[in-house]
Amino acid sequence: MGAYIVRRFLWAILLLLVVSFLTFVIFDVFPSADPAVLRAGRNATPALIHQIRINLGLNKPFYIQYWRYLKGLALHFDLGYSYYNSESVRSEIFSRLPATISLTVGAFIVWMLIGLPVGIVSAIRPRTLLDRTLMGGALVAISAPVYFIGLLALFLFANGTGLVNWFDGAGSYVPISQSPATWFGSLILPWFTLAAAFAAFYARMTRGNLIDTMGEDYIRTARAKGLRESLVIGKHGLRAALTPIVTMAGMDVGLLLGGAILTETVFNIPGVGRYAYEAITNSDLPAIQGTVLFGAFFIVFANLVVDILYAFLDPRVTYG
Amino acid sequence: MALLEIDDLHVSFKTMDGVVRAVAGVSLSLDARRTLGIVGESGSGKSVTAQTIVGLTRFPNAKISGRIMFDGRDLVSMDADHLRDIRGARIAMIFQDPLSSLHPFFKVGHQIVEAIRVHEDVPRDVAKRRTIEALRSVGIPSPEERFDSFPHEMSGGMRQRVMIAMALALRPDILIADEPTTALDVTVQAQVLELIQALRDDFGTAVILITHDLGVVAQMCDDVAVMYAGRVLEQAPREVLFDGPQHPYTWGLLQSIPRLDAPRSDRLSPIAGSPPSLINVPRGCTFHPRCPYTPPPALETEPPLEEAEPGHLVRCHLSVEERRRLWQSLQSEHPALR
Repeated sequence: MGAYIVRRFLWAILLLLVVSFLTFVIFDVFPSADPAVLRAGRNATPALIHQIRINLGLNKPFYIQYWRYLKGLALHFDLGYSYYNSESVRSEIFSRLPATISLTVGAFIVWMLIGLPVGIVSAIRPRTLLDRTLMGGALVAISAPVYFIGLLALFLFANGTGLVNWFDGAGSYVPISQSPATWFGSLILPWFTLAAAFAAFYARMTRGNLIDTMGEDYIRTARAKGLRESLVIGKHGLRAALTPIVTMAGMDVGLLLGGAILTETVFNIPGVGRYAYEAITNSDLPAIQGTVLFGAFFIVFANLVVDILYAFLDPRVTYG
Repeated sequence: MALLEIDDLHVSFKTMDGVVRAVAGVSLSLDARRTLGIVGESGSGKSVTAQTIVGLTRFPNAKISGRIMFDGRDLVSMDADHLRDIRGARIAMIFQDPLSSLHPFFKVGHQIVEAIRVHEDVPRDVAKRRTIEALRSVGIPSPEERFDSFPHEMSGGMRQRVMIAMALALRPDILIADEPTTALDVTVQAQVLELIQALRDDFGTAVILITHDLGVVAQMCDDVAVMYAGRVLEQAPREVLFDGPQHPYTWGLLQSIPRLDAPRSDRLSPIAGSPPSLINVPRGCTFHPRCPYTPPPALETEPPLEEAEPGHLVRCHLSVEERRRLWQSLQSEHPALR
C-alpha cells in the first residue's frame, strides 16, 4: 500500500507537469490577446507596451518563460504574478478557496441527500408510475445546463429579480466568518443549482446499481436466511450498490473544488471558478496556469483518495 | 405423515415474451430424515419448485398456486412474516455457486452470525461461538481464523462448506441443496456430497437435492423425481428407479452419464433436441417432440402421472409392458445401462 501511494504520488507530479506545459503551449500557440496591451490600458504608447512586455518577460521565447515559471513553482511553491494586476496568483486563489469549498461541500450534501433516496425508492419500485416520474424528472435535470437552471432559479426565487423573493440572489455571497446566516442564505440557490444535475445523475446511478445488485445471488442468500426485506435491501443491497457511488462522489467533489465556473459566474460568487473565468477573459496567463494547475491537483488528489478508500470499501481490492 | 407435502404446485412468471409456466402441477412429498432427489435439465422447473418452498419466488412476483404443507401449515398461503420465520431456521437452502451466493463485502463469520441472530435472540458472542462450531462441523480448518475471512479468500469447496455451515447452524428440519456441486471442481464435489450426507445422518435433517446428475442421485438419494418442462415425468424410490426406469426421458438421462467402464463402441448418446420453451409448452405429452417412441395419443393429450407398480409413478402413454420391453432392448444395445 505504501509503495503504491508513493508511486501514485510520483505519477501525479508528472501529470501536473504535463498539464502546466500544455497550458503554456496552448497559450503561446493561440494568443487570444496581448497581455501587455491589456495591461497598459487605453491610449498606451508603444514604448510603454514594450516596457511592460520586457517587465513581464513576454519578449523571451516561451520555453524560457516556462522554465522560469517551473523554477518559481518548484522552489517557492510560487504560482507567479498576475499579468493583469500584479497580484500573487497563489494568494488570489487561496483567498477565493473558501467560497468554492462552501459551494462544493453544500452542493455535495444536497445532491447526496436527494440523489440517493430518489434512486433507492425508484429501484425498490421499478417500472411503477413513481419510478417513471422520478427518472423522467432526473433526465430533465441532467439535460438542463447549469447556467439555464441558475438563471431560472434567479428568475423564479431570487430577491429582487425573482417572481417570488424567497432567497438571496446573485452577488449576495459573504464569507461564513462574516455572517453565517447570510452566508447560508446566499448559497441556497447556488447549492441547489449546482446539485441539480449531480442529484439526477446519482439518482439514476443508484437506481441502476441497486436493481443490478438485487438480482445477485447473495441477495437471494440473504432472503433465504430469513432476513427482513428492509435489511436485505438496506444492508446487503446498499452495501454493494453504493460502493461505486462513493468513488464517483469523491471524483466529482475533487472536480468541483477546482472551481465550479458556471455556477460561480451565474451567481457572482467570488470563488476559484470565477477567478479562472476572469483570467481567461483577461488573457492572464499566470492566473490561468494557476487555476488549471489547482484544478488538476484536486482531480489527481481526489483520484488517489478514492483509490485508497476503495481498498477499504471493497475487501477484494488490493494494491501491490 | 410426510414432513413436507407439495400438492399440485403451479408457478408462473409474467415476462415480456409471455407467461412462463415454470412449474405446472407438481406433487411431491418428503419424509423426515429422507433425501429426495429432483433431477432434470436446466429449465425443467426443479430450482423454481425448490425456491417456491421457502417463498423465494415471491420476490420476482411469481404467480403461485397449489399447496405446500409443512408442519401442518400451508407455505403458499402463509403471510410473508411467518414464512420468513421458517425460511432459514426450519427450511434452509444452499445454492449452486458459493462465490456469488456469499456477500463479497462481509466476512463469512459475520454472514453466519447474522443468519443465527435473525432467528434467535442470542448475544453476539454466543452467535460467534456457535458460528465457529458450525464452521468446525463442516470441516473448515482453524475456524477461529476463518471466521474473519472474506469469501474471495477461500477456495470454492471451502465456500460451499461455509454455505452449508450457514444453512445448518440453526439445525433446520429440511435442507434444500440446489445443485450444490455444479460449480465446484470434480475432486471437491465428492467431498461436499459426503459432507451433506454425514450432516444429514448426524442431525437427522431431511434433504431435497436438486441436480441434473443421476450419478449424484444414485449415490445420495432415497427417492427420486425426474422433472421435465415443469412436470414430474417419473417418480420412484431410488432402487426401483435404477432397477427399471420406465420413462423414455429417464432412459435418455441415463444414457448421457459418462461411464469409464463402458466399451468404447458404446458412445454417449445425449437426448436429441433441447428442452421446450416454457411459454409455449408442446401440446399433448410435453416430451413427445424429443421422444423416439412417440405413440399417437401423445400428440393430443397429456398422459397422467400413473402408478406403474407400487411406489413407481410414470407419466407416459406407452403401456407398462411396452416400456419394459423397450428398456430391456436398450439395455442389450448399451451394456453400460445394465
